[in-house]
Amino acid sequence: MAACPATGRRMGGGRAARVPQSVRSSDMAKASSESVAPQVAQGFWRKYVFSTDHQIIGKQYYFLALFAALVAMFLSWLMRVHLAWPRLAIPGLNALSASGAPAGLMTPEYYLSLLTVHGTLMIFFVLTTAPQAGFGNCLLPAQLGAERMAFPRLNMLSFWLTFTSLGVLLASFFVRGGPAISGWTAYPPLSALGSITGPGEGLGQSLWIISIALFCVASLLGALNFITTTLDLRAPGMTLMRMPLTAWAWFVTAILMLLSFAVLLAACVLLMLDRVAGTSFFVPSGLIVSGQMIHGHAGGSPLLWEHLFWFFGHPEVYIAILPAMGVTSHLLSCFARKPVFGYRAMVWATIAIGFLGFLVWGHHMFVSGMNPYSAFAFAVLTVIIAVPSAVKTFNWLGTLWGGRLRLTTAMLFALGFVSIFVSGGLSGIFLAEPPVDVQLHATYFVVAHFHLVMGMAAMFGIFSGTYFWFPKMFGRMMNETLGKIHFILTFVGAYCVFMPMYFLGMAGNVRRYAQFVDPYLQPLMPLQRFITVAALGLGAAQFLFIFNLFWSLFGGKKAGENPWQATTLEWATPGAARAVYRGPYEYAVAGQEQDFVMQNAPDAGPSRARKEAADDNADQISNA
Amino acid sequence: MTTQTKFPTLEERGFGDGGNGGEGSAGRSAGGNGTALSVGPTGIWIAMASITMFFAAFTSAMVVRAGLGADWTRVALPRILYLNTAMLLASSVTLELSGRSLRAAREGPFFGWLMATAALGVAFLAGQLDAWRELAARGVYLATNPACSFFYLLTAAHGAHLAGGLLALFYLVARHRRIARGASGQTILKVTTLYWHFMDILWLYLFLMLALWV
Repeated sequence: MAACPATGRRMGGGRAARVPQSVRSSDMAKASSESVAPQVAQGFWRKYVFSTDHQIIGKQYYFLALFAALVAMFLSWLMRVHLAWPRLAIPGLNALSASGAPAGLMTPEYYLSLLTVHGTLMIFFVLTTAPQAGFGNCLLPAQLGAERMAFPRLNMLSFWLTFTSLGVLLASFFVRGGPAISGWTAYPPLSALGSITGPGEGLGQSLWIISIALFCVASLLGALNFITTTLDLRAPGMTLMRMPLTAWAWFVTAILMLLSFAVLLAACVLLMLDRVAGTSFFVPSGLIVSGQMIHGHAGGSPLLWEHLFWFFGHPEVYIAILPAMGVTSHLLSCFARKPVFGYRAMVWATIAIGFLGFLVWGHHMFVSGMNPYSAFAFAVLTVIIAVPSAVKTFNWLGTLWGGRLRLTTAMLFALGFVSIFVSGGLSGIFLAEPPVDVQLHATYFVVAHFHLVMGMAAMFGIFSGTYFWFPKMFGRMMNETLGKIHFILTFVGAYCVFMPMYFLGMAGNVRRYAQFVDPYLQPLMPLQRFITVAALGLGAAQFLFIFNLFWSLFGGKKAGENPWQATTLEWATPGAARAVYRGPYEYAVAGQEQDFVMQNAPDAGPSRARKEAADDNADQISNA
Repeated sequence: MTTQTKFPTLEERGFGDGGNGGEGSAGRSAGGNGTALSVGPTGIWIAMASITMFFAAFTSAMVVRAGLGADWTRVALPRILYLNTAMLLASSVTLELSGRSLRAAREGPFFGWLMATAALGVAFLAGQLDAWRELAARGVYLATNPACSFFYLLTAAHGAHLAGGLLALFYLVARHRRIARGASGQTILKVTTLYWHFMDILWLYLFLMLALWV
């Protein structure tokens, strides 16, 4: 592979496609002004609340995710403080739940409620919502050169279903018994039998299932919209292999959502029937719960839920991380002022990760009594994912190599993503091995793994995208000084919180316990307290971000049209011709006045022959 | 090896008449594979992929659950299911005839076959309800045993999806004059037809599954 800065002539997989003569920019401008104009004259409710405008919907999703993230972070603080100082009463907690936290001291069950809601909020309402539905709605049509999403009304419905879903989940804080205690995976029989299995397993668990079912429907409709938009509404010349890697990530993620959320929806229907209609899909015979024999259910299998759930659950982690990978690829190229190293390899790695994601769900069930041969198959498939992941990582490094780095806040977070993704991802290879997993399963090693590789990495992608696209979304710049302080605190904080958990896990510290009272865990308590202090600091640092975000909305420096000198269409002049002549990452192109060429910049006549010759050259190199 | 990528002109893609903009803009039928024309069919194909996964999940649950133990008691399927199946198959034929009449610009038969399709759809759903009533009369309810749980579950899930198609048919019936004039609704007719055939095939699949397992 030759990413040669001297000639700089590596098309991002683009071919020498020509826009036919019939493309006349005056037509385009006319068409776009006609279609945009009627949307201006609308009332407040239609424009900002029940809006069919994808940009507004994207922002609605973004702020919904921000709110969910704040609630989830607050819950994690409560849990961390309780873990470090189990006898410390938290003032005011009894006001949230008198039975769950009498006198401010949380019960073990209430800890599990907080854990469940924290996980559910983060995975569904933050990591699935912000990078995909939030940024995707704001930017996918713009990047493809489409005027809008394919189905605007369906888009509005998706958002309001998501909103309702969040409301239903949070409502469970205010019902008898509080929120569900079965974790974000809701394993039966705990989740299938009602309040006999614990506080929160009555109405709280039912609300959880309803909330997730609504979220499934919203996500399916959203995915439908994303896929159709990508397939049908691309501007002339925007071939698939000219799409920015962000668009590729949103596209593949949408396919994962379309196929996996349908399965989760089916599983939720079955679980709900077990709870309310007396069926026995997941409830086995002869259960004794809380000293009572369970009657009326027989013959079901909790493993059936686990298979259905993880068939969704593993693609879900790629749903969370693929958009962040797309953002990282997009930004590293822009801020290294170099084409993406190995664009085609990046596209195929994205597709490969998405495809393999459907074949590895069994690695979440190594300790479920699975046949060792099945476990072996799942293990092999799982470690194969390391290949496309490594392709991506090396291509990121290749993109950086020899680049003229511009260390903006957005770039710092993209670099942070690469670091955190590697620190979190490598431990996945340990967990993919059944014999090792049997030891590490249900310990803090797993907590460290998924918080780094899915949680923090995806958060870094969200931050990176926010600092990068804020000028596009809101017309102003975010404060870079505050941003850089935010980055340093978040980067250091993330490592301080989650790296020690690897050591806790290797020392056998179990997860999901509300208190660590066993003698063998006592020597680990100082490390637990360190993690809690770091978590409080990491959380506090996020208020810098919140302040920066809202202050910049009104007081930020006015942004120019293309503040980062980027090449992709979201930075094109509004109303300009949306025809595409080249690949997405043409930075440092030889023979150009500027060091970047936008995708909609037509070729100058005489240089075309040279360009095609260079393309041939690039093709030969990439085919070699 | 320079490959020239071909793409349709703006006019063909519906840009020329603003077809990429607001919904319901006039003249979107101009051109070959214009964007505004194709999002509907593309969308329904994608939706069908998702619905397939939804029923695949139920199918795998049924196969696993049936293999779990001795409590899987087979149920004699109500005879009316055969009649229902025949009516649903017939409704696909009538919908196809309706579309052909429209293309031949014969408004009367277009409307007649459309009405027949909607009536057969309603009759199918009523027949499915009758099957439930027959089972209930035999004392076979949702939670009686896992086999009949799946019978109720699969028929209900299919019925709910079919009801969506039925709503689309009612909409077409209500707007048949405008569709016959070619003013609008062509895409909805095309999309509804695709979806209705899919519901038909899905039912054949489910009926086979139920006959083999339940």
